[in-house]
Amino acid sequence: MDKVITASNLTKKFGTFTAVDHISFEVAKGEIFGFLGANGAGKTTAMRMLCGLSLPTSGDATVAGFDVYRENEKIKRNIGYMSQKFSMYEDLTIRENIRFYAGIYGMSDEAIVKKTDALVSQLQMTGNEKTLVRELPLGWRQKLAFSIAIVHEPAVVFLDEPTGGVDPVTRREFWNLIYQAAALGITVFITTHYMDEAEYCDRVCIMVDGRIDALDSPAGLMKEFKSTNMDGVFLQLARKAQRKAD
Amino acid sequence: MQSVTVSHLIKNYPAGKKSVVEAVRDVSFSVDKGEIFGIIGPDGAGKTSIFRVLTTLLLAEGGKCTVDGLDVVKDYKEIRKRIGYMPGKFSLYQDLSVQENLEFFATIFNTTIEKNYDLIKDIYAQIEPFKERKAGQLSGGMKQKLALSCALIHKPTVLFLDEPTTGVDAVSRKEFWEMLHRLKTQGITILVSTPYMDEAGLCDRIALIQKGKILSVNTPKGITKEFKKPMWAVRSAEMFRLMNSILADPAVESCYPFGQYHHVVFHNAENEIQKLEQIIREGNFQNGEIKPVEPGIEDCFMALMKEQGTHG
Repeated sequence: MDKVITASNLTKKFGTFTAVDHISFEVAKGEIFGFLGANGAGKTTAMRMLCGLSLPTSGDATVAGFDVYRENEKIKRNIGYMSQKFSMYEDLTIRENIRFYAGIYGMSDEAIVKKTDALVSQLQMTGNEKTLVRELPLGWRQKLAFSIAIVHEPAVVFLDEPTGGVDPVTRREFWNLIYQAAALGITVFITTHYMDEAEYCDRVCIMVDGRIDALDSPAGLMKEFKSTNMDGVFLQLARKAQRKAD
Repeated sequence: MQSVTVSHLIKNYPAGKKSVVEAVRDVSFSVDKGEIFGIIGPDGAGKTSIFRVLTTLLLAEGGKCTVDGLDVVKDYKEIRKRIGYMPGKFSLYQDLSVQENLEFFATIFNTTIEKNYDLIKDIYAQIEPFKERKAGQLSGGMKQKLALSCALIHKPTVLFLDEPTTGVDAVSRKEFWEMLHRLKTQGITILVSTPYMDEAGLCDRIALIQKGKILSVNTPKGITKEFKKPMWAVRSAEMFRLMNSILADPAVESCYPFGQYHHVVFHNAENEIQKLEQIIREGNFQNGEIKPVEPGIEDCFMALMKEQGTHG
């Protein structure tokens, strides 16, 4: 099976503080991989290394076949990224935002036009292409931001708490988009505070004090930790944390 | 006795020259003394606007509200002395130390840390080892504890907590709620807002709110009892395809993913198991499982949203 992300003893130190401590895992093509951990467990630092934004202190990792030390610029071109805070340009319209990001990712004008039409109709935003992003409800914005993050059909998309603050129906509609992207072969790497969402992932890893303390399918983890839901699994692991960042 | 009353509250914000955003649309509820009352809804539901009107920081366009029997417009000065408020955004002085912040708020309210230490001891003790540290350098969980200590230092009768657990991990969230339950035993009325539906069960009563409108006010149990139709939990291999197959059946009213299962409700409660079995059989879904399930707050929230047309 194609491995889209590989990490082997990946480590990041800030002075004497080890934020990420020898983590190793692999993520397959088209997999939805949940990345959980308490605040301060090292999730963001690990994700920044995988996105090519921060160099590891030691260990190895590849993303979309590119090395995180030597080819981080290529990584940036082959991934998508979205967070709750990641905002589109509020004073540009829906169409302009798509055009802008697609252009940044080097798509041709012809491809952009095609893609924009497909995307707008898929999101059921036809007729609203000229609406300013500022005027969109939060749920629409998040769906649009996700679609823009994968506009260039990247090998992997990193989603950092993408569903915070939206209503429960919109949250589920957002997950439908994630499933559709995964079905197209895009690997999804996602962090979330919603434990029911952890159960929608193919596999989940849980970070504690910079280490990966558990990695399995949700069903496997629930069995291992004798819990009927992921909340129970998470609490058991996170309570072990020595690092009191939060 | 009622600690807080909200009657036909309306709050609009100007948006452009002639239009307004209707943030709170005719909202009414009341909170009893000593109650933990949760306002539960997503971003943009109007939670913060309601809090700001009640904490006398914002004037409403319509309606009447009281806190501790006092009018939020006429008696705002007296209300400010009596309430504690923890805004959603961290609003302490980042360049003052932990202890300086606490002293500052105590002094503002004409009291001292020593006088009300009992009330905050539980919470403050956890950050006291870092009392020399600047507030801006604290982690999220510690900031939250300091903000709560500052909101409590003058022994308020009503405590307003605007999304205290947003962005906080599951462990810290659990600890925070344990603190609130200990405060409740001191007789303080607590109004707390949250976007997390799973926190509803920790409140005495809750208001579900969406797009400025209240969907329902009741005890958490009372809300789930209002859900009249039987609900089924279904799972199999290929969950996404399963959901699409279920939704394609015209007899199905709703199907939403919930962790490992899909929650399914039919328009009419008859032969539901047979219908689901048929979907699983005809779609050739492996490892099918069907069982009845009690609806939770989130199920109710989504059903109410659909019923009252507040989705979009």
